[in-house]
Amino acid sequence: MDNSPLQIRALDKFRGKTQVLHGIDLDIAPGERLALLGHNGAGKSTLIKAVLGLIRHEGGSIRICGAAPGSAAARAATAFLPEAVSFHPALTGHEQLSLFACLAGERAEIDGLLQRVGLGEAMHRRIGAYSKGMRQRLGLAQVLLGRPKLALLDEPTSGLDPISRQDLYAIINELAEQGAAVLIASHALTEVEARTDRIAILRKGVKVADDTLAGLSAQAGLPVKLRVQASGTHADRIATETGGRRINGASVEILCSPQDKMAELRKIAAMGDAVADFDMVPPRLEDLYRHYSGEDSK
Amino acid sequence: MRRAFAIARAEMLILRRNLWLFMATLIMLAFALALSFAGSAPTGTLGVDMLTVSVASMTTLSVYLAPLLALMMGFDAVAGDRDRGSLALLLAYPAGRAEILLGKLMAHLAALAVAMCIGFGAAGAVAAWFGGAGAESLLALGRLVLTSILLGAVFLVLGYALSALSSGATAAAGLSAGVWLVFVVLYDLGLLGAVVMDSGGVFTQKIFPWVMVANPADAFRLWNVAASESVALSSGMAGAASALPGWAAPLSLLLWPALGFLLACAAFRRVEP
Repeated sequence: MDNSPLQIRALDKFRGKTQVLHGIDLDIAPGERLALLGHNGAGKSTLIKAVLGLIRHEGGSIRICGAAPGSAAARAATAFLPEAVSFHPALTGHEQLSLFACLAGERAEIDGLLQRVGLGEAMHRRIGAYSKGMRQRLGLAQVLLGRPKLALLDEPTSGLDPISRQDLYAIINELAEQGAAVLIASHALTEVEARTDRIAILRKGVKVADDTLAGLSAQAGLPVKLRVQASGTHADRIATETGGRRINGASVEILCSPQDKMAELRKIAAMGDAVADFDMVPPRLEDLYRHYSGEDSK
Repeated sequence: MRRAFAIARAEMLILRRNLWLFMATLIMLAFALALSFAGSAPTGTLGVDMLTVSVASMTTLSVYLAPLLALMMGFDAVAGDRDRGSLALLLAYPAGRAEILLGKLMAHLAALAVAMCIGFGAAGAVAAWFGGAGAESLLALGRLVLTSILLGAVFLVLGYALSALSSGATAAAGLSAGVWLVFVVLYDLGLLGAVVMDSGGVFTQKIFPWVMVANPADAFRLWNVAASESVALSSGMAGAASALPGWAAPLSLLLWPALGFLLACAAFRRVEP
């Protein structure tokens, strides 16, 4: 238990007089991928910097594999990809990665690593000539140095094209399979939805949710959306019978709780020919996020 | 230490790539050669060889140029990385902040040393070729190069401290210009004013030399002057130098880089990227 990759207890952080993190508890197990969601300014980056030991925290405790943040053991166990990562433009990708390998004390295979992230061709060009996506890839390459036990990725997909994003998640999965605990702070909800094991949501420095996607759905009790397309002029009839809402000439939208879903379905099936088509939309992470991050509640 | 060397290697690459090393060497070379030729006139009247005169004028040059070049390199050391956004990642690696600064210092110092050796060395060679040189004047030239590097080290570490304390690279550049002005120009002007006001009293006799040697730029001047009688003669600083024990100026110039480095480390530790 003591050696869990990341263990945060009752973490408080003040910036001046304002409290930016309120009693955060967070654990990540080896091999687990955790998505950390929240608005800009919700405290995601602050939390990551506190874990890295770059900023001091006022209350609570952080343990990385049992070590204090910022200690040599903790830094050796941690890999970090900052938001909008940048490097000195005068160095080449190969030189920059060699420097990091040396700082980490790793005899890593630099060329292979750069090829792995798709920078094989550009490794001897200066970083100043790299595109944003290429810099992000270089940032990812340094995450892979030396088999980290904890990987902290701050907005890892910003500036990447869709193919690169797929590559990125393939690499993240590889990291997790090797036993690293991966924390991904992100805005890209649809991406992390299918690619993480657990989701934590920060709102104004408070952790408001921390569960699997299914668990969050069940807790939130958000309505399932049923969309019925009427044939001919039956739309009005369907709307009055089901208590739904006409959304255009021929369609009706019904919101019902997950428990009532089957009952509604039977009702619709009984209408026979009046129904031309039918769709069911379960709550997405986006709806859950909105629910937990406070746009919907009260 | 291995990490400090890794940082130093990367910094050296950067200094070469952005032509900093080339420009610094060019500046030193141009000024040193120009001064050597311009300063060759009074040789006959003082009865010393041309290299001695050349060293004397290059000493004056170095007081201005070495701190300037050092501050120009130093101010960016922390603030530049922070502005670029690469500091957080660097600090996430298991290298101590003192190690990072030490690595940068080694690279920057090496670059300064190259510029000084080539600049002063070439000018000295020219002066020796045309006007002759003796063992003493060669020693003076060697001393000039070494002390110039030490003086550069002082302002490198001061630059790091300013870089860590200021809010950004632009602010750090402004502060560096201020520090240069204070140490190299205003400090001496202030002392001069005080001496004039005092008109030969206790301050001028007892306190003034010590206040003067506390400034690394003046310590540099005094060291070069006091160690060589003929340089003192041709630079007209014999008076102040003779009022101090011989170890005062070297001590000041050796103490400053060490204290400055500690100051820079303390300032860097407070940085939250």
